[in-house]
Amino acid sequence: MTSTRAENAAASVRTDSLLSIREVVKRFGSRPVLRNISLEVASGEFLTILGESGSGKTTLLRLIAGFEQLDGGEIWIGRDRLDQIPPHRRPVNTVFQSYALFPHLSVFDNIAYGLRAKNIAKAEIPNRVAQALAMVKMSEFSKSPPARLSGGQQQRIALARALVNRPGVLLLDEPLSALDANLRRQMQTELKALQREVGITFIFVTHDQEEAMALSDRIALLRSGFLEQVAEPRQIYGQPASAYVAQFIGQTNLLRADVKDQVARAGPLIWRTAEISHQVVFSLRPECIRLVAHGAMPQAADDSTARFRARILNQAFGGAMDTLELDCGTRQIVRARIASPGPLCGEHEFEFRAGDAIAVREESSA
Amino acid sequence: MYTRAYKSAVTVPPLLWVTAFLLVPYALLFCYSVWSVSAQQTIVHNWSLQNYVQLIRNPTYLSVLFRSLRIAAAVTLLALLLGYPLAYFLSFHAAGRKDLLYQLVIIPLWASYLVRGYAWKTILGSDGVLNGLLQYLHITRHPVEFFLYSPFAVVLTLTHIYTPFTFLPIYASLEHIPRNLVEASHDLGASPWSTFRRVVLPLSLPGVLAGATFAFVLTLGDFLAPLLVGGASGIMISNIVVSLFGAAYNWPLGAAISLCMLLLVMGLLFATERLERKLTLS
Repeated sequence: MTSTRAENAAASVRTDSLLSIREVVKRFGSRPVLRNISLEVASGEFLTILGESGSGKTTLLRLIAGFEQLDGGEIWIGRDRLDQIPPHRRPVNTVFQSYALFPHLSVFDNIAYGLRAKNIAKAEIPNRVAQALAMVKMSEFSKSPPARLSGGQQQRIALARALVNRPGVLLLDEPLSALDANLRRQMQTELKALQREVGITFIFVTHDQEEAMALSDRIALLRSGFLEQVAEPRQIYGQPASAYVAQFIGQTNLLRADVKDQVARAGPLIWRTAEISHQVVFSLRPECIRLVAHGAMPQAADDSTARFRARILNQAFGGAMDTLELDCGTRQIVRARIASPGPLCGEHEFEFRAGDAIAVREESSA
Repeated sequence: MYTRAYKSAVTVPPLLWVTAFLLVPYALLFCYSVWSVSAQQTIVHNWSLQNYVQLIRNPTYLSVLFRSLRIAAAVTLLALLLGYPLAYFLSFHAAGRKDLLYQLVIIPLWASYLVRGYAWKTILGSDGVLNGLLQYLHITRHPVEFFLYSPFAVVLTLTHIYTPFTFLPIYASLEHIPRNLVEASHDLGASPWSTFRRVVLPLSLPGVLAGATFAFVLTLGDFLAPLLVGGASGIMISNIVVSLFGAAYNWPLGAAISLCMLLLVMGLLFATERLERKLTLS
């Protein structure tokens, strides 16, 4: 538990680093937005900056793009000091949340915009634009004005317009948030495939934790200007560094337990733990709780499992998984997600593996 | 849906308004323009095109009309050259001082047109502020006469008066440009200057066009500025109309000139509106 900060630091230092964010500070007036952010992004990585609105994630992206000025710290790309280069000379490109396509230019001219600005040979431009259009499967829309395209199509053009410049890093500011759920899932798949294909480093900003888990190689979870945890999706879900992370990524039960002689007690729930301090907060994922089959031998929990009786307060049908609200007595309520158990009521036996209760920091690293 | 009473309450007043203040006056204007004045100074109610023939035959009218067009073009150009940078600065770089500066640009519009005209008269006259200053600084020995009572004075005065009218639509169109387009342009590698030329300027053209139309049309029909500061060489077409309806007592000829001006301006408005729509659509 005390080692999480060191682990975070280790996770954010990579030897194959392309982009290096060092002790970055940003204030809007007197209000701090980013407080001492350090993060290394590897070449070819899909990194997601995840956070609630107001966490500073878009500001961090805008600092990399050059639309905002740093109040402290440095940003490096390779051997260059990125934050001292004006935005139009930075080797990064942005896909904007609202796409920001030029309304007075055709799709072709939108995509050619960056090439022309960089004085790419005129003869080369049509080829590069055609390649970019083919990459996002929009070849037949070359002459259309952007206003005539749907949201998803505009999204693809915005992507092509950025990628055609072959940026060192592609910055994506909640690019899928304006799309409806189905299109959004489809675009997620395509985006991930595209990133593998082009091999460009993606820095993706979102507030959607499922999207972050589905797409990313690593997730950097930002909370009111601090990095709460930087880790691979499985790790950030399985070993959340703090109660906040546990709650923000997926759903969880936070159990405030008294630990004595390596036994944790939260109300009627009792399980073995390696923790030694007296008060520990544990995160127990709802899907880690199992229903004990009716008529199974009543037995005391052994070292590796914890068993408890609970009354079912509420059962919410969810298709494949139902969410149960369980009253374990003495006001200890836990939620469990159980694969289609059929209608339940009254008291039942439940169990979970002791190892599934993860000790978490209660407060953020602030 | 809507009751008959509601429908008539909504449609009848504007219909009456249009009839009383537009259709009837225009019909009267047309009638007068085809009538004529007799030697006894009475209106002869016989239809003829002789007023229009006279307009084309008499070189005075045409030369004054061309001067009016030249003055209008000069005022339009100057108002754009002054108004656009001002609007651009306010919209993109004024930050916290935006509202204050905007009010400062607008405030002169609340002062009477006549006051502003007289102000220029006092500045430009032979005993005026400008000549006083030039002589005090020993740049000139005698008052410079051509400041006042010249087309130059008219252009100067009208530019001052109509620049806010060009500024406003340009400012509005600049304010409507989403700022992320400017960021996108920088992001794609375009310098600030190139961004202005390739994104900001094209997207503000509808405002430029609207502003230019304001300055041009308002100047073309102006008669107070030439009256106050124009003198004999600064006479504009509206001054002729005014005198024809006044001292000269030739309402039919005045009506014919008015009608021609009306058609000219309507054609201009129609053309700019079409151009503006084309610009906004693309």
